Amino acid sequence: MSDFDLVVIGSGPGGYVAAIRASQLGLKVAIVERENLGGICLNWGCIPTKALLKSGEKFESLSHLKEYGLSASGASFDFDAIIQRSRGVAKQLNQGVGFLMKKNKIEVIEGTAKLEKGSAAPKVVVTLNKGGEKVLNAKNVMLAVGARARALPQIGLEADGDKIWAYRDALAPKTLPKTFVVIGSGAIGIEFASFYRALGAEVTVVEAIDRIMPVEDEEVSKAAQKGFEKRGIKFKTGAKVTKVTKSAKGVLVAIEVGGKAETLEAEVCISAVGITANTDGIGLEALGVELDRGHIKTDSHCQTNVKGLYAIGDCAGAPWLAHKASHEGIHAAEHIAGFATPNVNSPIAGCTYAQPQVASVGVTEQGAREAKREVKIGRFPFRVNGKAIASGETEGFVKVIFDAKTGALIGAHMIGHEVTEMIQGYVTAITMEATEEDIHGIVYPHPTMSEAMHEAALDAYGRVIHI
Amino acid sequence: MTDILMPALSPTMEEGVLAKWHIKVGDVVSAGDVIAEIETDKATMEVEAVDEGEVLEILVAEGSEGVKVNTPIARLAGDDAAPAPKKAEAAPAAEAPKEAPKAEAPKAETKAAPAPVAPSGERIFASPLARRLAAMAGLDLKAIKGTGPHGRIVKRDVEAAQASGGATASAPAAAAAAPAAAKATTSLAQLGIPDGTYDLVPLDGMRKAIARRLVDSVNNVPHFPLFIDVELDALMEARAQLNKMLEPRGIKVSVNDFVIKAAAMALKAVPEANASYTPEGIAMHHNADVSMAVAIDGGLITPIIRKAETKGLAQIATESKDLAKRARERKLKPEEFQGGTFSVSNLGMFGIKQFTSIINEPQGCIMSVGAGEQRPVVKDGQLAVATVMTVTLTCDHRVVDGAVGARFLQAFKPLLENPLSMLA
Repeated sequence: MSDFDLVVIGSGPGGYVAAIRASQLGLKVAIVERENLGGICLNWGCIPTKALLKSGEKFESLSHLKEYGLSASGASFDFDAIIQRSRGVAKQLNQGVGFLMKKNKIEVIEGTAKLEKGSAAPKVVVTLNKGGEKVLNAKNVMLAVGARARALPQIGLEADGDKIWAYRDALAPKTLPKTFVVIGSGAIGIEFASFYRALGAEVTVVEAIDRIMPVEDEEVSKAAQKGFEKRGIKFKTGAKVTKVTKSAKGVLVAIEVGGKAETLEAEVCISAVGITANTDGIGLEALGVELDRGHIKTDSHCQTNVKGLYAIGDCAGAPWLAHKASHEGIHAAEHIAGFATPNVNSPIAGCTYAQPQVASVGVTEQGAREAKREVKIGRFPFRVNGKAIASGETEGFVKVIFDAKTGALIGAHMIGHEVTEMIQGYVTAITMEATEEDIHGIVYPHPTMSEAMHEAALDAYGRVIHI
Repeated sequence: MTDILMPALSPTMEEGVLAKWHIKVGDVVSAGDVIAEIETDKATMEVEAVDEGEVLEILVAEGSEGVKVNTPIARLAGDDAAPAPKKAEAAPAAEAPKEAPKAEAPKAETKAAPAPVAPSGERIFASPLARRLAAMAGLDLKAIKGTGPHGRIVKRDVEAAQASGGATASAPAAAAAAPAAAKATTSLAQLGIPDGTYDLVPLDGMRKAIARRLVDSVNNVPHFPLFIDVELDALMEARAQLNKMLEPRGIKVSVNDFVIKAAAMALKAVPEANASYTPEGIAMHHNADVSMAVAIDGGLITPIIRKAETKGLAQIATESKDLAKRARERKLKPEEFQGGTFSVSNLGMFGIKQFTSIINEPQGCIMSVGAGEQRPVVKDGQLAVATVMTVTLTCDHRVVDGAVGARFLQAFKPLLENPLSMLA
């Protein structure tokens, strides 16, 4: 006997969205959450960092008032209020998810789940937060258990909430430190660096690869580093962290750059060296769930090798992004409900909300070249875009990559003001399998910064208008 | 009232065959509907309506050949009430516009196939990329099952159809003729080959063009062949050395590249062989534009190395490789395979000792290259072994007489036997 058609474990942007979709399709659904509805994304990730970054951006913009013919004096900030605003935003959305669960008649079970052998699907045994245990029998179980910050104990990089922070500590500190070393220049490291720098802290970012934001296109990496350096962030690239030790003042980060040893000192070190999937302690070994480099192995419908067991989002592999988790969650819910959508692969954009912002989708130029694909590349800088000039936001550019043979858009890379809001245009184009002809034929509204997206696509075919 | 004009499918196209009408008088067409199929030498392309309206008149009958570009071919009703010009007036007035197309203007061959119209008149839903991939692969969207939203045909469906090959892998024209495939031809039954003992493969544009052009050539052109043996040992040595030097550049020169180069140089030395017969006179070509026969799935095509006499071996090798590759992918532009002045056909790789080819009109000669193989030869009264290949020059006697062809081969042979002389 099954109590539920589907039990979702984890209520992050993958799990709660999957639960809603399954409920819409008429399934009886329960969701197990050990902490906060909405998971890391809403409570300790995407959303509260955006709140902090907006405070930082607004504060930074005050120093540019003169350029717009404005003036104000005595600009300052209340760090505690900034943090409280961010927590408030998280709280609001967390309550919103609670409301959505109720609206969709999804049973929320607060506790920690563990899987055991079952009949149709594994049995879910929940150790309830309020005490006691509850056993859930379901036809299908979906793991949406996410990931956590990676620790590197062998070099002393383990968050302690005091001198060494992981994202969670960095989101709600009691006081504002004056100096930071951020280890890792992916989206998380860069966003914290950008926020704390905007509030005036001295920030040094250490990156092991020879360029920052290694997943981005090289040109974007270069432009981003320049943009951040202009704002006062320092970088150590090609730098291997050998040891992190606590000192009287704060923390010492020993690095090796080109064979030379160096030590950086700061009040606080933020660890942003990637993530580890939350695959331990949920009984995966006993069930024989196959893993692939620490992540749960799934097929094109998010099914694991165990009957009735699905896995989505961060725990099922890269890219570790909320929207990828939601997309997989919806796909898996539809698959459980008997929909025959062919597979889950869709282009997933990546966004970094620093100043300047970076957004990208699809292949990079280097990736295309390594794969020996013939490409046509177009670029367009915001410095010649009318709206950007009028707004005083001329930093950055748009770069697009087309497959030379078929004209398919296969990659887009943007850096600049609010490019994270624009990248969806290219995501739509790629998802709908647009070719250069389609994009060339789109009428982009004037004046908008999105016109640069049109121009870049025109440039790839030697048809750019405004250069 | 709007006239639909014969379209130019390439910058050099002057006339074409109106192979098939998809509309009849009284039909209402909208922009984007496929209205006709136009055939040029090597390709059949669909023509889309640009305007919309009711078909008032079909001015050029299906199957008409030599229809000049810009001739009105059909007439649509429009909001313009002007009286229709008489057919006789309209036709001669048409002249191909000489305006060069813009560099990046959409070209006919890269343009996504228009939405094919199913017999019911229903639109086929397919992504832009799927349409383009299907057009490039010569697949008929009608035969592909869509797996995208609402059954939309997407890239993966075209790729799957391509991978499975078979039924769906037919040119649009062939697919239209597919129902006929089930039937047998009456001609074979009369000849004693009964129905059901063979499969009938529909004729696509390329097959029809090959059939028509080669029958014409055999009927029109007084062919005669000349044979000559060429020793290749020095060339093989030179080629090995050259390829070693070119290796870092990723270039590999083939024997055929040497043949193209030598033929082009010989054509410059004996310009009478680089000529075309026309009723108005003999055209003596200024450049040696050498067509090279490339076998592709379902036929052959002859991409051209232009001004081959001016090009080095490395360049010829690079171009011929690129042209052959794109020929096999059916991605050549019409101007890349139309208008050579001399042809080279090489069957050496199949071990063919010698053969004669049919002239590719209006060219004056075609060279057939056999396999290079070790043969006994007599040198200074002694029996020796040499690598020898037999080359045949088939000539159009109207322009290239026996002695002219022989002089051409006399110029050609030493270039290959002493490859250094190509540098002179």
